[in-house]
Amino acid sequence: MSNKVIAGVPVQVNAEGFMTNPAEWTKDVAIEIAREEGLPELTDAHWKVIDFCRSTSEDGKSPTLRTITNGTGLTTKELFALFPKGPAKKVAKIAGLGKPEGCV
Amino acid sequence: MKTFLILGAGTAGTMMANKLAHHLDQSEWRILIVDKDETHYYQPGFLFIPFGIYGPDDVRRAKRRYLPQGVEVIFSGIERIEPDAQRVILTRNSQVVYYDQLIIATGTRIVPEETPGLKDAGWRQNVFDFYTFDGAVALSKFLRRWPGGRVVVNVAEMPIKCPVAPLEFLFLAHAFFHERGMRDKVEIVYATPLPGAFTKPRTAAVMGDMLKDRGIHLESEFNISEVDNTRQVVSSYDGRELNYDLLVTIPVHMGSTAIQNSGIGDALHFVPTDKQSLQSKKWPNVWVIGDATNLPSSKAGSVAHFEADILIENVLRAIDGLPPSACFDGHANCFIESGFGKGFLIDFNYDTEPLPGKFPMPGVGPFDLLKESEANHWGKVMFRWMYWNLLLRGAELPFESQMSMVGKVR
Ligand SMILES: Cc1cc2nc3c(=O)[nH]c(=O)nc-3n(C[C@H](O)[C@H](O)[C@H](O)COP(=O)(O)OP(=O)(O)OC[C@H]3O[C@@H](n4cnc5c(N)ncnc54)[C@H](O)[C@@H]3O)c2cc1C
Repeated sequence: MSNKVIAGVPVQVNAEGFMTNPAEWTKDVAIEIAREEGLPELTDAHWKVIDFCRSTSEDGKSPTLRTITNGTGLTTKELFALFPKGPAKKVAKIAGLGKPEGCV
Repeated sequence: MKTFLILGAGTAGTMMANKLAHHLDQSEWRILIVDKDETHYYQPGFLFIPFGIYGPDDVRRAKRRYLPQGVEVIFSGIERIEPDAQRVILTRNSQVVYYDQLIIATGTRIVPEETPGLKDAGWRQNVFDFYTFDGAVALSKFLRRWPGGRVVVNVAEMPIKCPVAPLEFLFLAHAFFHERGMRDKVEIVYATPLPGAFTKPRTAAVMGDMLKDRGIHLESEFNISEVDNTRQVVSSYDGRELNYDLLVTIPVHMGSTAIQNSGIGDALHFVPTDKQSLQSKKWPNVWVIGDATNLPSSKAGSVAHFEADILIENVLRAIDGLPPSACFDGHANCFIESGFGKGFLIDFNYDTEPLPGKFPMPGVGPFDLLKESEANHWGKVMFRWMYWNLLLRGAELPFESQMSMVGKVR
């Protein structure tokens, strides 16, 4: 666990860089983390996914890829286009949530 | 009479039936278990079938043999569960069973249909799974005559049962081709959605080295999008393509159709379960054990065994009107077969990743942790005997249900 200042906001992150307190998250924090993750701009489609994850998260954990596709109506392919490589993990990071559970 | 209903007579359901028969007053409780299949399969043995190490009869027995007297068995499919009405609808004659307490132990199943193209023309021709009895037997026939080529082993999506089994398959495949004098004719590729060889960092590093030493190519963060068996190519969402002559798939895993039909599961039809008490998150008289849960623990027989020790305590308390008190810590204990008569052992829980050191076991141990040894191979061999003779019958095993740090080195 360590402290980090993102977009001027001090936040707690774990060893993998995931925020540990979802309440510290702001939209500006999301934009900044997205930049670090190689996404220079967040479009409406990105926000739709981020908002969905924040509103359905349980115990501060982000939902799994399947929950996201079922809940937003986006296909897995579209999610990979929006958040390249590992969409579920990437969205979790940008949305200030923990890694989705079930990765064991 | 009150009814204690168990759905699924696999590893977890059978253990719970034995424990309940032992503990419940049978003048007060009727214990009923339902399963669609009369045969019990020792699933860890499926791993050895493709390589001719085990034959079909090493891994199957009649379910009835492992269920105690005093437990009623119905062989029927389960159509759906209606927890608000405290009843279950079976497929056979649409029979309705009412319950007072319910344990869901319907496990998980593979769903190759979830990956476009996977079940097309090549299925069981040059595309196989080894997570089902039929798949493992079909693959053993194929491998007997295969002249060699490029084999791609692919995990479609996490979670899967026994997350070490794909690695064991790779190690055994390497040994199998080596022993047949054809290792130089076979290229082995492991394509996984994980960032490394395993989920937990230290094990991933050790297993990654094992793959490298064996000349097995690791294609990480490979999220399969489709299979094209006319070109013999698997593709990933990020545009990578892998050619294969033989594709061994670990398909998408989902919970039972009974969970799906009832609408009580998550996106993959696993049942939301309290990770400590094993009580359903929604209905206090519904309990969930084994692969059917949505817990962030491994889907393994050893996990189901540790859970059973916790669950019996909590259901007995519930029957006495007390809240659950026993706590599951996510304990898992897995032997990893690495070929040439050797193996690994890993022991971990929700919070502690597998660590090196020694695993004490009265009488037979200690076993080396996170390190290759011959004793670990014998541990795996012994596990089959323990499974049939002790574990399923709900007997005590020389393992603690809570993980212990004794012998482990951080
Ligand atoms: C290749 C392979 C290797 C493995 N290796 C290991 C290992 O080395 N160590 C280890 O600990 N674990 C291992 N496992 C995992 C282990 O076998 C499972 O985790 C364990 O069997 C889970 O028990 P369960 O009771 O939850 O599910 P299961 O044993 O699968 O039982 C579920 C039961 O429910 C029944 N059922 C489901 N749906 C319905 C329905 N709708 N109607 C009627 N009946 C239904 C099924 O017929 C089945 O009998 C391995 C698994 C595989 C496939």
